[in-house]
Amino acid sequence: MINLFINGLPVSVEEGSTLLEAARFLGFPIPTLCHKDGLSPYGACRLCVVEIGEEPKAKLVSSCTYPAEEGLKVRTASSRVVRARRMVLELLLASCPQSKIIQDLASAHGIRQQRFKQEHEDCILCGLCVRMCQEQMMAKAIGFRSRGEKRSIGTPFDIKSEECRLCGGCMYVCPACQLRCTYTEPERPICGGCANLTPPCLEKRQFDDMMCFMDPCVACEIQKEG
Amino acid sequence: MASLNSIHHLKAFLGRLLGQRDLNTSTLVIPAGTCGRASGADLLIETARQEILDRGLSEKVLVRTTGCHGFCEMEPSVLVEPDRTFYPKADADSMVRIVDAVARGDVLEDLLFKSPETAQPIRSADDVPFFKGQNRTILSHNERVDPTSVETYIENGGYSAMVSVLEQGDPRWVVEEVKRSGLRGRGGAGFPTGLKWELLAKQPNGNGKFLVCNADEGDPGAYMDRSVLEGNPHSIIEGMLIGAFATGATEGIVYVRTEYPLAILNLKMALRQAYELGLLGDNILRTGLSFGISLVKGAGAFVCGEETAMIRSIEGKMGEPRQRPPFPVKRGIEGKPTLINNVETWANIPIIFRMGSEEYAKTGTNGNSGTKIFSLVGKVKNTGLVEVPMGITIKEIVYDIGGGPVGKVRIKAIQTGGPSGGCIPAERFDLPIDYDSLTQAGSMMGSGGMIVMDENTCMVDVARYFMNFLKDESCGKCFTCRKGTQRMFELLDDFSKGKGTLAQLDLLEELAQVVKDTTMCGLGQTAPNPVLSTLRYFRNEYLEHIEKARCPAGVCKELITYSINDKCVGCQACLKACAAGAITGEKKRQHVINPELCIKCGVCKSVCKVEAIDVA
Ligand SMILES: Cc1cc2nc3c(=O)[nH]c(=O)nc-3n(C[C@H](O)[C@H](O)[C@H](O)COP(=O)(O)O)c2cc1C
Ligand code: FES
Repeated sequence: MINLFINGLPVSVEEGSTLLEAARFLGFPIPTLCHKDGLSPYGACRLCVVEIGEEPKAKLVSSCTYPAEEGLKVRTASSRVVRARRMVLELLLASCPQSKIIQDLASAHGIRQQRFKQEHEDCILCGLCVRMCQEQMMAKAIGFRSRGEKRSIGTPFDIKSEECRLCGGCMYVCPACQLRCTYTEPERPICGGCANLTPPCLEKRQFDDMMCFMDPCVACEIQKEG
Repeated sequence: MASLNSIHHLKAFLGRLLGQRDLNTSTLVIPAGTCGRASGADLLIETARQEILDRGLSEKVLVRTTGCHGFCEMEPSVLVEPDRTFYPKADADSMVRIVDAVARGDVLEDLLFKSPETAQPIRSADDVPFFKGQNRTILSHNERVDPTSVETYIENGGYSAMVSVLEQGDPRWVVEEVKRSGLRGRGGAGFPTGLKWELLAKQPNGNGKFLVCNADEGDPGAYMDRSVLEGNPHSIIEGMLIGAFATGATEGIVYVRTEYPLAILNLKMALRQAYELGLLGDNILRTGLSFGISLVKGAGAFVCGEETAMIRSIEGKMGEPRQRPPFPVKRGIEGKPTLINNVETWANIPIIFRMGSEEYAKTGTNGNSGTKIFSLVGKVKNTGLVEVPMGITIKEIVYDIGGGPVGKVRIKAIQTGGPSGGCIPAERFDLPIDYDSLTQAGSMMGSGGMIVMDENTCMVDVARYFMNFLKDESCGKCFTCRKGTQRMFELLDDFSKGKGTLAQLDLLEELAQVVKDTTMCGLGQTAPNPVLSTLRYFRNEYLEHIEKARCPAGVCKELITYSINDKCVGCQACLKACAAGAITGEKKRQHVINPELCIKCGVCKSVCKVEAIDVA
């Protein structure tokens, strides 16, 4: 067993466990996006960062990939962690505004603005589909290509793969590809309406055709009744 | 070549070659690395050989082609041994004269290097200011060794370090020597090499261990490693052999980028020679040491210089870094313990064992021993490779060795550490060059790139340039690295077009911090450096771009206009040079630039002899 401290609390976990598993065992919430039980840890979205070690050598690592180490001191919600997480979410929103999962996460972290140029990229390259296809469906029909800006996911040469059985597993795990809440103005997609008890949009009269995961969201329902 | 089968044999072989060494016959040494060849060294070699043949001088004058000597600005050049007369920028005609002069034992004053201060000719290479300030422990071998001939390497003491290590016979002593030498990795991070070796030596030896030489050298403008590989490949082989003996490694790999064809060629030749001599292979010299080296070519992805990405690339997978721990020393190639060192680190190993660790540690400063090769480029007079003891100041490199600014324009900063390094302003040129000082100043040692910048360099543009490189070269796996570099580029691009706001400047700074914090590998963690260091020292330039939509250095195209002032003599030089046809004017009358047509390429300014082109 490995003994470590998470937010000051001692915890023992089996060797080979990740920090994420250890933190969840204690009940500390850590948001994740590219992590899914049953798929191998990947560490791409950086949302699950936690702070390890002590100043001046303290650093952020992705808890879903970092192995628990003897005596390690972990903080799951230090100000440095929260600041980083919020920026990650803001970047995610800027690239992929229509993902319900990202909207919810952003909302839960109190993000009400998005300062970058709005993109509508959809795919955030979290790699869940690639791992799903390879590790659960044993198909390896899709994979990553190229690097940097040009990185993308697809079948070899973009032609239909013989390995693909059209199981739909990739779409099932995708946090981005479903059509979800688009608000009324795509540039300002996040109202937090669905996560707040008192939705901010109540007073405004512009939510008639809002389409969100709750379909329609409470805010719109109340408005319609009125 | 017969295979050698004992240490005794090797010693006898080394002794014989050392005895045959002829130090007195005049030799024309012609550097023909990639840089030399690009500037015409091949023609010099051909001319020299032909001339010697034609005139029947083959007994009197020898020719040796070597790797780069470092003074690339003056190539193609000729060094005459034994008196070390240095002829810069030679051509076929001067080559003929040089052969003639050497045969007569004469020196051609008019072709010698001229002192920039006094304009007096300087005869010996050792008195040329560029070479004088250096400490060329590694690069001097590039003058003496013909990379295609193992004999010339041995004649200059090659493989004697390996002999002394094998004779000593204790791997632990070897590791201790490297530790005592204080050598730190030359690939960038400066990790103590001896410590790394000790970690590998401690790993269980069941399934084999790997040694890797990192010759991926992806920094734009840096070519130290290329020059060592091209000019002295056997030193790498010897270094790795010593490493194998010390750590129990069984397999060696040199990971070199495909863009280095000459390095690959010379290395292949050297490997073949080493195998033929029995210096590589099974049971080397019957000492029980078995070690082979193979070559893996990288496809030119910057990120493959990172250890874990390199390991994947060697395994034939996509070059993507992975989480450390486990460190490569525990789990590397095919899950086996793997040690990765940089080319220059390996090249230092034979030197340590030739001079002894104590002697080696005397060079440089405490905690930063030995010499380091830098590639000095940009707005300085003498560009090229310089090898200096650690701890000398930036000023000494830029002004004493580099010769200071090219024209009258003041030098304002130096960029060190490759694309993810940082810029250090001229006010801080007293900074000693070592791993820790550079990091504290917000830059880093990196693998040794040094780009000198003057008042005509725009720091926003510099940051934008490097960010463009990094956004393309990020592997793309970490979201914050891929998207973060793209967004930083986007913001910098806006600034360079005068479209930025102060709020965006804060956003850039905030983003840069988070990218540094949240990415997994060294690429992302250092990617914000160009932004953070320019913001730290040159915030004013950012503010000028944002608040006044002005580029003080006159670089950002969207913010500048070219015009012609009344110094114009109407020579029509600019008019003829302008590719956009934007300049009109009659002979001997002041010309004008049509701003609508001007593409702001700056050609007019570079051809104008009377400083009549204004940029504002
Ligand atoms: C993005 C990135 C690029 C790198 N490129 C190189 C390189 O081109 N050459 C090199 O020797 N080391 C490079 N490194 C450093 C290596 O990861 C590693 O630290 C080094 O090879 C270790 O050798 P050393 O201890 O001898 O310095 C790079 C690191 C990163 C993060
Ligand atoms: S959940 Fe850990 S990086 Fe994505």
